[in-house]
Amino acid sequence: MKKLFIAIISTILFTFTANAADMRIALVVKGLGIGFFEAAAEGGQEAANEIGGVEVIYTGPATTTAEAQIEVINSLIAQKVDAIAISANDRDALASIGKKAMERGITVISWDSGIAEEGRVMNLDPSNTALIGSSNIKWMKNSMGDEGEFAILSATSQATNQNAWIEEMKKEFAKPEYSKMKWVDTVYGDDLFDKSYQEALGLFKKHPNLKGIISPTSVGIVAAAKAVEDQGLVGKVFVTGLGLPSEMKAHVKNGSAVQFGIWNPIDLGYAAVYLSYQIASGAYSGQEGECIPTGRMGEICIGAGNNAAMADPFVFDASNIDKFAEIF
Amino acid sequence: MSIIPDKPPFKLLDILYKKEFILLIVLISILIINSNLTPYFLDLYNLIDSTFLFSEKAIIALTMTFVIIARHIDLSVASIIAVSSCVLGYTTSLGYDTWIVLLLTLFSGALCGAFNGAIITKFAISSIIVTIGTMSLFRGLTYSFLEDSYYNKFPKLVTNLGSGYLFGYIPYAFLTFILLAFVFAFILHKTSVGKKIYSIGNNPDAAQYTGIAVDRYTFVLFTLNGLFSAIAAIFLSGRLSSVRPNIAFGWELEIITMVVLGGVYIYGGSGSILGVVISIFILGMLSFGLGLLNIPGVGIIIFTGLLLILSIGFPSFVRTLRRKNE
Repeated sequence: MKKLFIAIISTILFTFTANAADMRIALVVKGLGIGFFEAAAEGGQEAANEIGGVEVIYTGPATTTAEAQIEVINSLIAQKVDAIAISANDRDALASIGKKAMERGITVISWDSGIAEEGRVMNLDPSNTALIGSSNIKWMKNSMGDEGEFAILSATSQATNQNAWIEEMKKEFAKPEYSKMKWVDTVYGDDLFDKSYQEALGLFKKHPNLKGIISPTSVGIVAAAKAVEDQGLVGKVFVTGLGLPSEMKAHVKNGSAVQFGIWNPIDLGYAAVYLSYQIASGAYSGQEGECIPTGRMGEICIGAGNNAAMADPFVFDASNIDKFAEIF
Repeated sequence: MSIIPDKPPFKLLDILYKKEFILLIVLISILIINSNLTPYFLDLYNLIDSTFLFSEKAIIALTMTFVIIARHIDLSVASIIAVSSCVLGYTTSLGYDTWIVLLLTLFSGALCGAFNGAIITKFAISSIIVTIGTMSLFRGLTYSFLEDSYYNKFPKLVTNLGSGYLFGYIPYAFLTFILLAFVFAFILHKTSVGKKIYSIGNNPDAAQYTGIAVDRYTFVLFTLNGLFSAIAAIFLSGRLSSVRPNIAFGWELEIITMVVLGGVYIYGGSGSILGVVISIFILGMLSFGLGLLNIPGVGIIIFTGLLLILSIGFPSFVRTLRRKNE
């Protein structure tokens, strides 16, 4: 709540003190007050400072719904910003507003969680989808051992990125080295802490022999780890997935999580803003086959369906959590 | 013997009692402040586009006004949107003709509303309790029906209705709202049906004794509210091109806020369509303006709350002040 309040005040101040920038790039996130996106915003600002003459408008809805996000994007179109980079709450629902923005001459890209092809120029995936999927299964094996039951606690059932990762997890899981592990359930916490926590409790009840939970979302993984600790299941149930080091530090120390990973959201926000700038300035088209230079992140090459991937996920455990918890 | 005048003497302060007048002042102030704070506000395209964000809610606010004037409340409208959107997506996926799809969608909404109305009148349970129940019931039905899936295919007509413009300027949803607002204003203020709704809201028992079929009115009003939720569902699904179980989540309170801010007395018996229409524009322009300033959603909620307290409280404030002076 305090964070949100600061966000409101700083936005108001920022709005009135902003200089006339040559280019305004909006970084639209799924919802405000989520650590992952706050870090991405920092990266976006860093890119803007480096490029110069770019103003970053960091914004998003109060609730993580498509309707609320459309409202935000509508007002950005009205402000005639130069580019909008969106992490979408719903791949289809945001396509028509994205199309409208492009019709009004605004460069639209999606990042982190994509928009259907007709609603954006290009999409930047945080990492290689296949690698995130297989990494999650590997981390689970490393955490709980190569035998026993585990379940998935995802975000919303329509979340573009989570669903793609789960598909890849299935492929990795089909390999013989996981034959003694049993995937017993997939549940959805909608990226809401309370709902994710309840879903985790539900998993414990439904599957008394559960040994692991994979939560490929920064909200779900914390909720699951908290649920494991509250139920006194530390050492019996291990949580892994995608999380922020700062939010997961305590849980690694408590033993509810051994190993987890994520790409660096600062880099992701940085790359999203850099790409938006390169495309909106007309230097690049953002079409398949192009490789676009993005400052310190190097060149990002665009593949089929105008999709691009940034980097491989980074693994955190007791050995490096302290260091990274201070960064994001 | 003193003479009683036909009309009470005119006092300038009386106009301040008029809620519509206060609302109009608030609306004009918001327009002036917005257009001074941001250069993007007074832009025809922007203003037209901003109507998309409140038209669907506004359509339901019209029937909700009737329901609240009749001393009831309906908290299940957003969940009825979810049910009807779900029916819309499902019947489309079965490959039915567009007109059958639309008919079934409207029917599903009316049926949900009729269910509310039937329970409220047959068992004489207060509407707030019944609709708190059906709010979860209807939403739960869509969750269990859709589970983890969703619909993203709709008839062309529906997507056009949701995101298209008449003559390239007037969004269909907004047009529908404005036309319906005239119809509802006429019914409420110029017909005997309207008078009966007011008398039901003022005193249901007395209304019953004067021969008004109170239960029948209640049943019809709730059915109508359900039907209008289905109309809103058609526009919303068409605009989003996507139906998920959490569609329109939390809208019931936004709709009730529109009505109450519009000066409709929450315990029934008074209020006007004009007030509600002005209040819809106030809320729409407020959130649009704050959006243009990139003030996050939470800020909009805070402003709405303050506005609600201030504008509802202002007439009583003036009255108290005047009583002290006399």
